[in-house]
Amino acid sequence: MSILVYAESWDGKFRKSTLEAVSYAKKTASVYKTDVKAISFGKIEESELSLLAEYGVNKIISYPEILKNDGKSVASSIEKESEGVEMVIFSNTFNAKMIAPRISSKLNAGIITNVISYIEDSSNVCVKKQSFSSKAIETVRLKSKIGVLAISPNAFEIKNDSVDFEVEIKNKELESDVEIIGKDINKGKISLSEAEVVVSAGRGLKAAENWGMIEELAEILGAATACSKPVSDIGWRPHSEHVGQTGKAIAPNLYIAIGISGAIQHLAGVNSSKVMVAINTDAEAPFFKSADYGIVGDAFEVVPKLIEEFKKIKNN
Amino acid sequence: MKILVCISSVPDTTSKINFTENDSKFDKNGIQFVINPYDEFGLTKAVMLKEQLQANVTVLTVGDSTVEPVMRKALAIGADNAIRINLNPNDSYSTAKEISNYIKDNPFELIIAGKESSDYNGGAVPGIIADTLNIPLVNACNGLNSEGDSATVMREIDGGIETLKIKYPFILGGQKGLVEESELRIPNMRGIMTARSKPLEVIEATENNNLTESILFEKPALKGECKIISSDNVGELVNELHNVAKVI
Repeated sequence: MSILVYAESWDGKFRKSTLEAVSYAKKTASVYKTDVKAISFGKIEESELSLLAEYGVNKIISYPEILKNDGKSVASSIEKESEGVEMVIFSNTFNAKMIAPRISSKLNAGIITNVISYIEDSSNVCVKKQSFSSKAIETVRLKSKIGVLAISPNAFEIKNDSVDFEVEIKNKELESDVEIIGKDINKGKISLSEAEVVVSAGRGLKAAENWGMIEELAEILGAATACSKPVSDIGWRPHSEHVGQTGKAIAPNLYIAIGISGAIQHLAGVNSSKVMVAINTDAEAPFFKSADYGIVGDAFEVVPKLIEEFKKIKNN
Repeated sequence: MKILVCISSVPDTTSKINFTENDSKFDKNGIQFVINPYDEFGLTKAVMLKEQLQANVTVLTVGDSTVEPVMRKALAIGADNAIRINLNPNDSYSTAKEISNYIKDNPFELIIAGKESSDYNGGAVPGIIADTLNIPLVNACNGLNSEGDSATVMREIDGGIETLKIKYPFILGGQKGLVEESELRIPNMRGIMTARSKPLEVIEATENNNLTESILFEKPALKGECKIISSDNVGELVNELHNVAKVI
């Protein structure tokens, strides 16, 4: 019996979302009174692998030859390690969304994604999840013996819990069914779903070339940049930055919305943010009904002032 | 080429969401239903491929008879025929297994679904179908070029975009970029008229094996009052965020 956690890595390193999933798995294991196994793919140094033990992982299984993008091989390998496993935990990343459903299928396990609460009772597994594009919180009960959970990023704390551990290195046995011919990665950019601060702008910015100040503000705050749907539809910003009902749902500590009126579809994707700031020329903009702080004013005047004020704080 | 587009009937994105039966079920009362936005990109792509390659496009929905207006809309946009699996979709696993069972008996080269539905946001159906049928999955797909017996596709990954070469048959979970918002088709009068006579076949569910169930819906807690700060006093906002909210 054990809890299995998918320990996703990027260029050989674990990230915040990985540790959130590991801590979630540890907490789940304490409810089930069992241990935590982690499984990782791609080349990862032993020192990085052993980092997982600081968060409660008892056994780490590493497949250095399998790329995490090869969903079919990853899923088959997870299946092989699933004997006696009661719960398989993922962080809800793009990569996990490709793998977790395959595990559900292979293990005849109910799958629950966008999970935002812990399991409290191992004999009656119920968790809360974001539903209706964050317009609702749904409690879902698991009816199968085994479950697959994908937890929302930024929803759970990372907790140190050092334990003894072992590492097992495994070889590749399967061939990939897709050929990866290109990759375009925004190096050094902060992941929108993991970011603790997000600076977002809308049509109020008037033109694509006005995003310089948004990027500058984001850089000072160590924030990711985002945008509203109309802005990505016009092509001022890439689709990957679109947050809202038909774009990404995010839950940062701080969301700053500049020149975004706050339509219901936009708010659906961002209202899980802990603190929201709206900056808009229109005092009647619906965003002011949902925001914690608001400034009625022109972005072109307010944002440069904000940059100066944030600089002062960051320099202290 | 035979293309299957799996569509879901969802509340219009402007809908206010309410619940019924002691908050255990979504209240469909007064709700306008539309094709799931992620599926609409896929449906449009399928219709474009049909025009390019003389493909045949089937749309499939798992649902009761109330989803048929949305299916007729898909036919009006350009699908050739429609299949409704008569089952209320309550769980990703059972929905995906029903669709897989249909495809096992009726093979397609390309299966298109949305990366998730905008109601329950599970995002698991395409992956479960991929595993059941043992075919590749391109999730969060935002570009496809068909080239004979294979296709070059793009998918969003964390922090970027990946390009893949992939042989048919495969399944994709589509999103914006597969086609642009401006390329989405609105049914014209001729499309609406011909859609009425296109075949819509109803088949019964085979397993209906739910592994999860919804037991309660709640609305997120309401935010408190918005604190309005003068644009002449931006420093106060920074001070609030730093010292009161402690988020920077």
